[in-house]
Amino acid sequence: MIIDFRLLIEDHGTSTIKNQKSTIKNRQSKMASLVSHPDEVRVVSKRFGQGATSIDRYLELDGYKAVQKALGMQPDAIVNEVKNSGLRGRGGAGFNTGLKWSFVPKQSPKPKYVLCNGDESEPGTCKDRLIFEHDPHAVIEGVVIAGLAVGSHTGYIYIRGEYRYLSEIMQKALKDAYARGFLGKNILGSGYDFDVYWHGGAGAYEVGEESALMESLEGKRGIPRVRPPFPAVVGLWGGPTVINNAETLASVPPIILGGAEWYAAIGPPKNGGTRLFCLSGNLARPGVYELPMGYNLKKMIYEVGGGIPNSRKLKAVVPGGSSTPCLTADEVDVSMDFDSLMKAGSMLGSGGVVVLDDSTCIVKFALRTMKFYQHESCGWCIPCREGTDWLKKTLTRFHAGGGLKKDIDNIQYLAENMLGRTFCPLGDAAAMPTIAFVKKFRKEFEDHLEGKPCPFEKEAAIEQLPVMA
Amino acid sequence: MADAPKEISLTVDGKKVTSPPGTLLIEACKTVGIEVPSFCYYPNFSLQGACRMCLVKIEKMPKLQTACTTVISEAMTVTTNNEEVRQARKAMLEMLLGNHPLDCPVCDAGGECELQDMTFSYGAAESKFMEAKNHKDEQQWSPVVYFDRPRCILCYRCVRVCGEGMDVWALGVQNRGVVSVIAPNKEDHLECEECGMCIDICPVGALTSGAYRYKTRPWEMKHVGTICTHCGDGCKTTLGVRRAESGLQIVRGDNRDKSGINGDFLCIKGRYAFDFADNPERLKQPLVRKDGRLLPATWEEAFELIGKRFSEIRDKDGQSIGVVGSTRTTNEENYLLSKFARLVLKTNNIDHHRTADFPAFAAALAGKTDRTASMRDVFNAPAILLIGNNPTDQHPLLAWQIRNNVRLHRARLYAINCQPIKLRRQATNFMEIPSGAEGKVAAFLAGDDTAADALTSATASRDGWRQLREKLRTEQNLVIIFGSEIRGNDLPTLVKFGLAIPGAKFVCLGDYANSRGAADMGLYPDLLPGYHRVADAGKFHEEWGKIPSAPGIALPAMADAAKTGKLKGLYVVGANPVARLGFDPFAFSKSFVVVQDMFLTETASIADVVLPVANAYEKSGTFTNTCGDLQLLKKAGEVSDTKPDFEIIVRIADAMGFDVRKLVPFGTGTRADMGQSRGAQSGEADRHAVWLEAHGLEPKMSPFDPMAILDEIQRLVPGYDVSQINLLSGNDQHTNLMSQSAGSAAHDGSLIAPANDDLFTSGTLGRYSRALNSVIENRHLQPAETEVAAD
Repeated sequence: MIIDFRLLIEDHGTSTIKNQKSTIKNRQSKMASLVSHPDEVRVVSKRFGQGATSIDRYLELDGYKAVQKALGMQPDAIVNEVKNSGLRGRGGAGFNTGLKWSFVPKQSPKPKYVLCNGDESEPGTCKDRLIFEHDPHAVIEGVVIAGLAVGSHTGYIYIRGEYRYLSEIMQKALKDAYARGFLGKNILGSGYDFDVYWHGGAGAYEVGEESALMESLEGKRGIPRVRPPFPAVVGLWGGPTVINNAETLASVPPIILGGAEWYAAIGPPKNGGTRLFCLSGNLARPGVYELPMGYNLKKMIYEVGGGIPNSRKLKAVVPGGSSTPCLTADEVDVSMDFDSLMKAGSMLGSGGVVVLDDSTCIVKFALRTMKFYQHESCGWCIPCREGTDWLKKTLTRFHAGGGLKKDIDNIQYLAENMLGRTFCPLGDAAAMPTIAFVKKFRKEFEDHLEGKPCPFEKEAAIEQLPVMA
Repeated sequence: MADAPKEISLTVDGKKVTSPPGTLLIEACKTVGIEVPSFCYYPNFSLQGACRMCLVKIEKMPKLQTACTTVISEAMTVTTNNEEVRQARKAMLEMLLGNHPLDCPVCDAGGECELQDMTFSYGAAESKFMEAKNHKDEQQWSPVVYFDRPRCILCYRCVRVCGEGMDVWALGVQNRGVVSVIAPNKEDHLECEECGMCIDICPVGALTSGAYRYKTRPWEMKHVGTICTHCGDGCKTTLGVRRAESGLQIVRGDNRDKSGINGDFLCIKGRYAFDFADNPERLKQPLVRKDGRLLPATWEEAFELIGKRFSEIRDKDGQSIGVVGSTRTTNEENYLLSKFARLVLKTNNIDHHRTADFPAFAAALAGKTDRTASMRDVFNAPAILLIGNNPTDQHPLLAWQIRNNVRLHRARLYAINCQPIKLRRQATNFMEIPSGAEGKVAAFLAGDDTAADALTSATASRDGWRQLREKLRTEQNLVIIFGSEIRGNDLPTLVKFGLAIPGAKFVCLGDYANSRGAADMGLYPDLLPGYHRVADAGKFHEEWGKIPSAPGIALPAMADAAKTGKLKGLYVVGANPVARLGFDPFAFSKSFVVVQDMFLTETASIADVVLPVANAYEKSGTFTNTCGDLQLLKKAGEVSDTKPDFEIIVRIADAMGFDVRKLVPFGTGTRADMGQSRGAQSGEADRHAVWLEAHGLEPKMSPFDPMAILDEIQRLVPGYDVSQINLLSGNDQHTNLMSQSAGSAAHDGSLIAPANDDLFTSGTLGRYSRALNSVIENRHLQPAETEVAAD
């Protein structure tokens, strides 16, 4: 599958309808062409393109075997298996999944819940979408296993509002799973009841934040909650809640079947398993590839992704979705796992690798990124609400040629003062890339000064705004 | 081990702090005098963590943490004032001011704005912001609430006070991101109780008062903390006063002084309904009837006429003058009136508009002290039994106390009512009963099982009633609150049930600001102050001198007596019995009628002499609220050529040739006047001086000083012997209700006429308030459900 870089950059999140239309169009025309590369290790994506949306086909491809196995295991054993596998949250934060599960109290007066976070909205990231599209039962199975591990009887699969076209697939999968006794009362004759519901979002990036997702699921405005208490103790409807990314949950059945050791061994220490990397931008072969954790980024760009087309040079890479600080061309020889990227001053994030060639204007890219965060800020806290708006306004003016020298410092000052001080990580997500752009590409900002037109564009401005002296 | 929870020790800025477990860091800091700034944190409301002003450095935490959401833990080490924290605060304010209009010079909040204060304390001197600001036009949400979006900093205090505090939920947040906006949940207007608390709690000038906006600046006003003159709850209201042509004009009422029994609360009446004071219909000079018409006269003329006529009637016919007291005059005035009637007019024909059976209540308590609950008790009681009344409408503060006690302390509320009152939402048990069956509830609770027959309904089965009674019996320190539905013989029955519960206390609900005071001060034909029977000899007889010992006649009987020609004079002080109690106005056509009022009411228009008076905001004295909390009134406003009732009563006594020294014991006892009654700038002292000089009296010892009689009240009225220094410094003092003569004669229950005011009416007074009227008119324009849905 190929993602059009321009589509991703220009339309993401700004207009739901436009976005949906174009995404649907894109999907219809591109859906068949899944990409592949010999270096891929197919764990989560092994059923992609094999018709696993049909439950029969899913069962043929080892479907629901992990649940059967898990039903014979002690809850603690399941938790330990996942813990030992080194599976870390695929949503971006990279917290050890098994450890997260172990925080859920054994006894609870309130019902416990398992939530699948399918609110995939980070620009550059499009992996959960493929899972829902090609292998919905894997998610359901993961949810059930998580439920068995923590003693919950209810799961919710929350799917991003703009992925409404995937809801039919998920609904059918749920219906089939109920019909075959994988869900509902007494699953697989085990005496264990488990229900899974599907829920669609209303179009907010913010709801990808776990506590905001719970608010949304409860029918409220999608704003994050004060923490502590953490979801594992007080979550959905006040009950202890496990909330995991869709890819994380889809990784659970293979871990149960293949064992922790096998899974952990795929990646480097403490970074078990594989990762769906969403390669986009100026690449010859963009697409979603499942590669082992720790795969070299340079190799990923030049070998898996086919390198930069049109004889262009690499300028920068956003390694883990738009919220992660970019890496310059000199910094790409890095191992793609949580710890190595942290060391490199960036983050593995949600696995959205966006490659920029030397024809890309970094200021424009920074502006486009900030437009997204300004639009998606929930507005709850001051630094995110005011900071993103201020940055968007300044960057707009700046890119249009109205920039002043002090603006460059101001942009950095604002972003630095948002960082770490917002109510939820959205503020950080807006601040981190901005700081990196200014720090690493200050020269490009300076090239826009003194009313000079953007060096990368023939037309001077993308938006005509009054230039303020 | 049931040890008391151990205190937690932590270090803040090098200071050692110990606080109970569960304390929020921001509160723990306060205990050692460290201010952690915040906008969105507000004690007793849900935590937001939104303004990020309270970020502090906690050791071992990589990021700064919000002190408002952090619960203290042992050995925590906190820094609230290092470079990193200061920078965070500064940046937060810079970002806030980015889109703020900075229209402080015209903003109502200018001078008392938290954003201004914070910017001065922690902010940056210059703005880095140079983009166009986001603008949105101001909106009017109700006759009394306006909203200026650009000034709003989104601290969500208004949303919480309206929802969590008031259980009204009229406000919410719309949109997201930078276009997030506080908005009414009902389209473009507020559907609410118009309490205006959203305005008070707003840290900036985003929510402004329709009655006050753009009128003046805070520093141009004198701020006087006094007691609201409307319902019987006794909220403290801070009045902003400005000089005006007519004297001292009240321009604002609010609740910046949180020291009152109402804490954060104030309803529409306390906040806006001071405006009757400058109603154009306000009487500003005495009127005397000449040739059938009420014509302007001088005070001297009026006093001379009254003195002459009252003396004649008294001397010729003995008991033939009737006196009607007020539920909105001070204790001192009521006491004085009671004394004046008995001593000067030599009659016991004195009564007032009764709205609760306080005499029966006093008698039922049979001398047991500490059995009346204060307004503060209602907020802290572990359980509350509410029978009758609808506090949300009739006692807004009481409703607030109950509601927030349930919310914050998980108190159990047992509500029994003939209507589905709003407080049922907070009730652990709500029992709906047939109208008028409240007495049966008292009987059933006291043990009469047969009474349950009259109480069973679809929602309240016989078993349900039995269970409720059992539950109540196991409660401790229960507060029993009852409306005027419980009166006469039902009242002692209920009190008997309550007295059997350990620590149970009572609240008897009377309707007007000083209904309780009027009763306590003996505005009854058979009772002297302190519910002392006129027939019994006692200290009043000793102290006051010779007073008649046969009970006088009650209000309705006065009209009958006037018709038959037996009652030849009527002296009405701040009451409107013609309109409120259905007095036949023609009954008094042959009597000499004197009325003291602010307006030409239905009663005033039948008078022979009408005297324009000062209202409760224009004089000092004390009020006793329905719970029995005694509080000080401070003079805030003044309208030229009106006089306080106190002064008028003294002047009438003087005009009747009575030695005023025997009426007001001025110059003896503790000098109580703290300068509040005098109004130094108003020239009142000088005006008094002429009269005082003429009578050879030391000008400073004024018989017009109502505080001069406070000593006597404290000495003679049981339960009023509270700390005077506390009272005079503005603290509420709970009085113990005690009947001097145990087992006072049961009063005729039919004499009680509940006011049945709602949130927007306030007896005769309310009719002259523009603010209340505007809200009523607006509600007629937008007919809506009576209750705002929370669910």
